[in-house]
Amino acid sequence: MLCAIVALPVLSEIDASHVSLLPGPEWLRELRLAAWERFSSSAAPSESEEIWRYSRIDDLDLSRYTPPQPGRSAPLGLADLPSHVQALVAAAGEGATVAVVHNGASLNLVGPQQGLEVDSPGPGPFGEQGDLRPPASGPAPDSFLALNAALCEAPCRARVGAGVDVAAPLVVVHWLEGEGSVVLPRLQVELGPAASLRVVEVVASAEGDVLVVPVTELDLAAGARLGYGQVQLLGPRSWQVGNQSSRVSRDASLRSMSVSLGGEYARLRTGSVLDGPGGESELLAAYFGTGHQMHDLRTVQHHAAPRARSSLLFKGAVAGTSHSVYSGLIRVEKGAKGTNAFQTNRNLVLSDGAQADSVPNLEIEDNDVRCSHASAVGPIDESQLFYLESRGVPTTTAQRLIALGFMDEVLERFPVGGLVAPLRAALADKLDAAGLGAAL
Amino acid sequence: MVEGLRADVAGREILRGVDLTVSSGEVHAVMGPNGSGKSTLSHVIAGRPGYEVTGGSVRLDGVELLGKPAWQRAQAGLFLGMQYPVEVPGVSMAGALGEALRASGRGGEDVAARIAEEAAAVGLDEVFLSRPLNVDLSGGERKRNEVVQLGVLRPRVAVLDEIDSGLDVDALRAVSRRVAQLATETGMAVLAITHYQRLLAELPVARVHVLRAGRVVDSGGPELALELERTGYAAYGAEEAAG
Repeated sequence: MLCAIVALPVLSEIDASHVSLLPGPEWLRELRLAAWERFSSSAAPSESEEIWRYSRIDDLDLSRYTPPQPGRSAPLGLADLPSHVQALVAAAGEGATVAVVHNGASLNLVGPQQGLEVDSPGPGPFGEQGDLRPPASGPAPDSFLALNAALCEAPCRARVGAGVDVAAPLVVVHWLEGEGSVVLPRLQVELGPAASLRVVEVVASAEGDVLVVPVTELDLAAGARLGYGQVQLLGPRSWQVGNQSSRVSRDASLRSMSVSLGGEYARLRTGSVLDGPGGESELLAAYFGTGHQMHDLRTVQHHAAPRARSSLLFKGAVAGTSHSVYSGLIRVEKGAKGTNAFQTNRNLVLSDGAQADSVPNLEIEDNDVRCSHASAVGPIDESQLFYLESRGVPTTTAQRLIALGFMDEVLERFPVGGLVAPLRAALADKLDAAGLGAAL
Repeated sequence: MVEGLRADVAGREILRGVDLTVSSGEVHAVMGPNGSGKSTLSHVIAGRPGYEVTGGSVRLDGVELLGKPAWQRAQAGLFLGMQYPVEVPGVSMAGALGEALRASGRGGEDVAARIAEEAAAVGLDEVFLSRPLNVDLSGGERKRNEVVQLGVLRPRVAVLDEIDSGLDVDALRAVSRRVAQLATETGMAVLAITHYQRLLAELPVARVHVLRAGRVVDSGGPELALELERTGYAAYGAEEAAG
C-alpha cells in the first residue's frame, strides 16, 4: 500500500495556479483569476483602516488556513447534518427546497419546486449565461469579497422568473468542517420582475478552527419581493468575514435578517442598494455574544434612486467578556429625492466585562429626504426589572425575560415564520448557558 | 404593618417615621399633597432600589420585608400597583405572571385563562392581552392591566399607587369594584394612595391617612377624605420641602 502525504499549501502561499485548478466553465475560471488578481494585489487588511476599525482583523493569520482542495468534500444529505441544523431546516416547513453545501463545494438539492431554479456552475444553465456580478453596493467593501470570488468552488445560484410566486421557502445550508481550513460559500439569489421568494441561509460549523468567508448577493428586479433570513451558528473557534449585498429595483421589496449567535470573531457586512424608485429595504439583525466572542456588524443603506425607503433595526446583546460593534452608514445620493431612511441600533450589555460599540453615520447629498438614526448601549432597564420583580418574578428570571423580549422585537419578524420559535429557543439556551445570573 | 419607616433619597430624608397598620380585608387610603412622600412610601414598601431605609419596619403577617429584594416581598404576598406601569417590550403578561406563579409553587399552567377572566372583570379588551406588557397601552388601559395582574396574583396586601389617575368614570368604577371584591373575597388588605376623593366614592374605605412631609399627620374615617376635598391640606401647616 502506498501512502502519500502531501503538505497542502496555506492561504498565504497559494498562487493563480491553484485558482485555475478549481472546477467550472472557462468564464468562471477567468472571473476567478481576475478576482485573485484583485485580492493578491490588495494590501493586507489592518485595523488602522476605517472599515476595519474596532475589528479583530489584525489577529487573523492567513497562514493558518488551507484553501479548499477541489473534490475533497463529499455531498451531504440532510441526515448527515447535526440535529440542531436539521431542526432548523424542518422548521422551514413542508415543501421547502433544501440545498446542502458542504465546505463551499458540493451542492446537494432536495425537494425542487416549480419556478425555482437552483444550480451551481458546471453542466446546466448557470454555465451558459452565469456571471458573478460585482457587489451591488459599489466598490468592493473589503478584499475578502474578491477572495471569495477567486476561491469559491461551487457558487450556489437561485433564480425565480418573472411573475412567479414560489410558495415554500428555499433553505440553503452551508455546513463547514475541518481543522485550519478556509471555506468560501457563495449564494446568489435573482428574482425576476414581480417574482417572490423566501430564503433561509444557514451558516453552521462543527468545533473546528475554520475561517469562513461567505458572500450572499440578492438581486430584486422591479416589483419583486424577497424575504431573506440568515442564521449563523458557527462553532466557538470559527472566524467569519462575511458580505451580504442586495440590489432593490423599482417598487421591489426586501426584508432581510441576520441572526448571529456563533463564532469566535464573526463579521458581517450588509449592504443594500436602492436603485429604483419606490423600492423598499428592511434590514434586521439580532446578535448575541458570550464568552470572548466578537460580533462585528457593518451596514450600508445606499439610496441611489428617488422615493425609496430603507429601515434598519439591529439589536444585540453582549455577556461575559464578549464584544460587539455596529457601524452603519446611510448614504443618499444626489437626486434620490423623497428618500426615507431609518437606522436603529440597540444593544443590551449583560455583564461588566462585556462591551458594545455603536457608530451611526449619515452621508446625505440631497436635501429633500427624511433620514434618522438612533443608537443605544446600556444594561437591562432598572424600571422594567423592578416592574417584573414587583409581580414576584425572581431577579434572574426577570432579567432573562427582558433580555429575550428585547431580542424578540427582531426575531419575530424572521422572514420564514416557522423559524421564529427555534431561534428564540436557541437564544434562550445560549443565554442560560452563559449563566445570566452569574454574569450580571 | 408599617412602623416608624424612615427613608432617604439621594441623602434627603423623605419618609420621617411613617406608622400604618392595615388589617386583612380592609381598604385604607393614603392622601396628601404633592411631595408629601406618597410614592416614596409605596416604593420603599415594595423594595424599589434607589431608596435608603434608615429606620423602621415593614411587616406582612409578621414577616419583615425590609432587606428582602422586591420579588421576595411579592412572593411573601405584597403587590404594588404602579402609578406609571412601564413598557416591557417582548414580555407578555402571561409569560411574566406564569414565572411569578411558578416561583411561588402555584402552578401557572392556567395563567392565560385566569388573565382572560380578570380582564373581563375590569372590562379590558382581550386585544390588549396579546401585546407585550404595557406596550402601546393608554394610561387608563395600563391601570386596568395592573388590576388584572392583581386579580391573577391574589396578594395578601396590595399597595395601589394612584390607581385612579388617568381613568375615566367607567374605568374608575370597574377598577374600584374589582379591588373591593378582591378585598372582600380573598381578605386582601389594600393601601390605596390617591389624590382624589372620587376613588373613595367607589371603594369602601375603612380609614383615611393624611401623609405630609413624610409623616402620617392625621387619620380618620371616610369622612376625613370629604373634609380634605373641601378644605385642602392647609390645616396641616404650611408646605414644606419634601420629595
